[in-house]
Amino acid sequence: MTVAVEKPEKTGIAEPPAAPVKETRRISRSMVIGAILVVWLVLFAVLRGKQTLTLAAADLTDLHRWINDLNDSIGANRNSNPLFLYFFNEIRLVIDSLVTFVQELISQPTGDRPVPQIGWLGIVGIAGYVSWAVGNWRVALLAVAGFTFLGLQGLWQESMDTLALTLSAVLVALLFAIPLGVWAGLSDRVNRIITPLLDFMQTMPTFVYLAPLTLFFLIGGASATIATVIYAAPPTIRITAHAIRNVSKTTVEAADSLGATRRQSLLKVLLPMSKRTVVMGVNQTIMAALAMVTIAALIDAPGLGKTVVQALQSLDVGTAFNAGLAIVVMAIVLDRVTTAASTREEAARNSKNRFLAWRRPLLGAGAAIAAVLVYLSHTYLWAAEFPGEGSTGSAIARGADTVTTWAQDNLSGLTNAFRDAITNGLLNPFQTLLTDSPWWLVGAVLIALAVVLGGWRAGITTAVCVGLLVGTGLWSDGMTTLASTLVATVLVMVLGIVFGVWMGRSTLVDRLIRPTLDAAQVMPPFVYLVPFLALFGATRFTAIVAAIVYGAPVAMKIIADGIRAVPETTVEAATSAGCNTWQIITKVQLPMARSALTLATNQGLIYVLSMVVVGGLVGAGALGYDVVAGFSQGQLYGKGLAAGLAIVLLGVMFDRITQAAARRAGA
Amino acid sequence: MTTQTEVPQRRGTPQDSGSTPVISVRGLWKVFGPKAELVPESEELCGLTRRELMDRTGCTAAVRDVHFDVSPGEVFVVMGLSGSGKSTLVRCLTRLIEPTAGEIVFEGEDIREADAARLRDLRRRKFSMVFQHFGLLPHRRVVDNVAFGLEIRGMGRAERVKRAQEVVELVGLEGYENSYPDQLSGGMQQRVGLARALAGDPDVLFFDEPFSALDPLIRRDMQNEVIRLHHEVGKTMVFITHDLSEALKLGDRILIMRDGKMVQCGTGDELVGAPADDYVREFVKDVPRGDVLTLRWIMRPAEDGDELDGPELGPDVVVKEATRAVLAADKPVKVVENGKLLGIVGDDEILAVVAGREGGA
Repeated sequence: MTVAVEKPEKTGIAEPPAAPVKETRRISRSMVIGAILVVWLVLFAVLRGKQTLTLAAADLTDLHRWINDLNDSIGANRNSNPLFLYFFNEIRLVIDSLVTFVQELISQPTGDRPVPQIGWLGIVGIAGYVSWAVGNWRVALLAVAGFTFLGLQGLWQESMDTLALTLSAVLVALLFAIPLGVWAGLSDRVNRIITPLLDFMQTMPTFVYLAPLTLFFLIGGASATIATVIYAAPPTIRITAHAIRNVSKTTVEAADSLGATRRQSLLKVLLPMSKRTVVMGVNQTIMAALAMVTIAALIDAPGLGKTVVQALQSLDVGTAFNAGLAIVVMAIVLDRVTTAASTREEAARNSKNRFLAWRRPLLGAGAAIAAVLVYLSHTYLWAAEFPGEGSTGSAIARGADTVTTWAQDNLSGLTNAFRDAITNGLLNPFQTLLTDSPWWLVGAVLIALAVVLGGWRAGITTAVCVGLLVGTGLWSDGMTTLASTLVATVLVMVLGIVFGVWMGRSTLVDRLIRPTLDAAQVMPPFVYLVPFLALFGATRFTAIVAAIVYGAPVAMKIIADGIRAVPETTVEAATSAGCNTWQIITKVQLPMARSALTLATNQGLIYVLSMVVVGGLVGAGALGYDVVAGFSQGQLYGKGLAAGLAIVLLGVMFDRITQAAARRAGA
Repeated sequence: MTTQTEVPQRRGTPQDSGSTPVISVRGLWKVFGPKAELVPESEELCGLTRRELMDRTGCTAAVRDVHFDVSPGEVFVVMGLSGSGKSTLVRCLTRLIEPTAGEIVFEGEDIREADAARLRDLRRRKFSMVFQHFGLLPHRRVVDNVAFGLEIRGMGRAERVKRAQEVVELVGLEGYENSYPDQLSGGMQQRVGLARALAGDPDVLFFDEPFSALDPLIRRDMQNEVIRLHHEVGKTMVFITHDLSEALKLGDRILIMRDGKMVQCGTGDELVGAPADDYVREFVKDVPRGDVLTLRWIMRPAEDGDELDGPELGPDVVVKEATRAVLAADKPVKVVENGKLLGIVGDDEILAVVAGREGGA
């Protein structure tokens, strides 16, 4: 008993001396930040419009022209330069043949056949069978229904193109990622080398992988697949390494003590015990691949993404919605099936063993049925080409158009007012402040803030990023993007804190909201643009709202987890001291979840940045537009690549500052 | 406290000190930190306390100059509080942790000289270990967990399952062969760990605080189980614990460690009857002395006035068991070994032990 009484007392004694110290430091830090902002405003009033480094849409700098020349010379020497002849071209060839092979199998006509080797019936059969074999009958049903729906939408071939690219990319990604992950799990040194690299890869918005890759691999399926591999591999590497590392030390030691060799303990202990987690990594890789494959439509990857991009560019909301819905359906099917796969073994273990005896023969029978369906779809046209004209798809598109028209007719007052309020009240002043201040002033403010928030190292990183950003020649566009990103992030954090606290405090709310958030995070970022395009038209604001919706779920989840992690006893102690709910939230839970808050800001910023950039497609302008224009217009290629680099710089800068701040908050 | 009321069963079991020890440890050191190998060699550094060593060199000495012998069939207990180095010590014995210095001779072979293949072979056939947190494989059924060591040796499936089945029955788990570890209670999981260790028919079993994670009743069951298994299979056991009552209950001999050093090594009644220093004295203070001490410890030399025609008892009879006989006799009891009178025990001596305990409690 005495021990139990002593403990809380001890922490109680330890707490007070620590708290006041932090209190004074935080006040002084926020005062410094305030001072910096005041100085900025004063100087802005004086120096407005000077040295803003504005660059018109069609103007180029020397850097951009140099990249253009580089691109031309690479194009000219692609088949003579040995580096290309024996390295890049070879890679492209291998990837291209893989993609073409899968495409001919399921999506594109081959040789003298007017249809792919396996028609829709075969695909649906295989999808159902595989889902059942790795998951359960419910996800199998979902897969069959989902794939059939894709056909009914009139998007069968596009969907299969997307699936083909996704599968090829996932295959290649896993081929590298799992061994690499195991290695990083076993070796501390490899892990130390690989972790910052993966951090960097995952910080980057999907977008920016595309431009440099086209330089080496041309536009098309190969580049798209390689970009997808790069983007999709990190989760599996990271999660595999994590899983291997987290295998209970005692179990590994027990295997050692029984005389297991390294190989035996890897094959019999480490891998089986981490299998479930690794499958979760594979799930994330598949979802990332799907997101990337749709975005790769910008560099001419075939599939659903292309339909969405074309429809977005012509502001055809109906078609974009239909194709976006197809992406969502595919995402849901892939996600549910792989999630079921990761939990199957455990579920099977806990259920009665009655059906286990039947499993083998049933699997055999299922395989036979799937084979028959594949044969039918290979042989007969009715089973190869999806029947019907995709009338469901047209109906969906028409319906979406009707809703859009109605919304624009009836809600435009409301939506426009909302849009204008945010745009004029928040976005425009802030953007003016950023773009109309002299570049050195904004740069100095950014560096100063980085030093105050994140310390000297973050300051140095920021200084380097600011310098390079000026070097890209896209300072002004960069500041416009920065303004949108920051405004969206602020709104994401507001939403994140409100809902995160609510979820963190109430299990019920958490259980209600979390599935929606999980589903929202699975969607490729593209899809978010469509409904907001319908509501707000092609403006910056559309991209911002899409970014908020895209970034808020992750912020909410992190904050909710942070709030939940506050020890029960602390909350109890505060309650018994007479705190009301508001006081508990503001004085106990939020301060104690401070590192979760900074982490949420970090993730929110990164998500928002990637979305704001995608928003270039629907009139967000600035860096996103530069990138998109670079893909489509030869003379802007260099500028697009520089814009991609500018996005990377913004991303690195945000990431370093917020991470350093998070470390401080955590310490 | 309940566990302490049980009488140590094998107090005074024959320890033929003449036979060669199974394990013989000499001058064993384990130092963690930079340039750890220099510490045991330097006389000056050896003299420092743990704290001073940390400040001077950044090294932690987990095990410092430990030596002991374990006889065949003996249950040898290493006892100490957390941080005393006992878990490190037992891992050094099988080189799960590489010792820094010293000698570990197992059946005449210096284990520190063994190469990786030989060491693996020793682990597969000669030792096995039971862990505090079980270390079971969650994706395997009980019988496959038990057979794991055999599988690693390369034994065929049919044979190893048969052997595993025998051991499963030996530890009282029949009926649970096809369960998964997470479907079992902690005590049953540790039975699986025990079965896994026994399956390979090793010469020596190492137990690293195997019952610390279990609740008290289960713990007592498992202690009795170990005693039963020791009777049945007669393995040499090295048992790590932080629980004195467990040590007294199971151990033929007990080694007490503190800060990586040996404090005392002896039988339970030696620790209680003649503690080496204040640390041990503090440790054994609450032990019911009557349960542990034998008449040898409380007898007094026969004096002239004593009546020497009372009943006779052996010197290794535990006080508690002798109490009734001594108090019932109207004359002092003679303590006799091999026909030789060692001393006598009267009511006063008995009561001093019993009352002393009550006074202290």
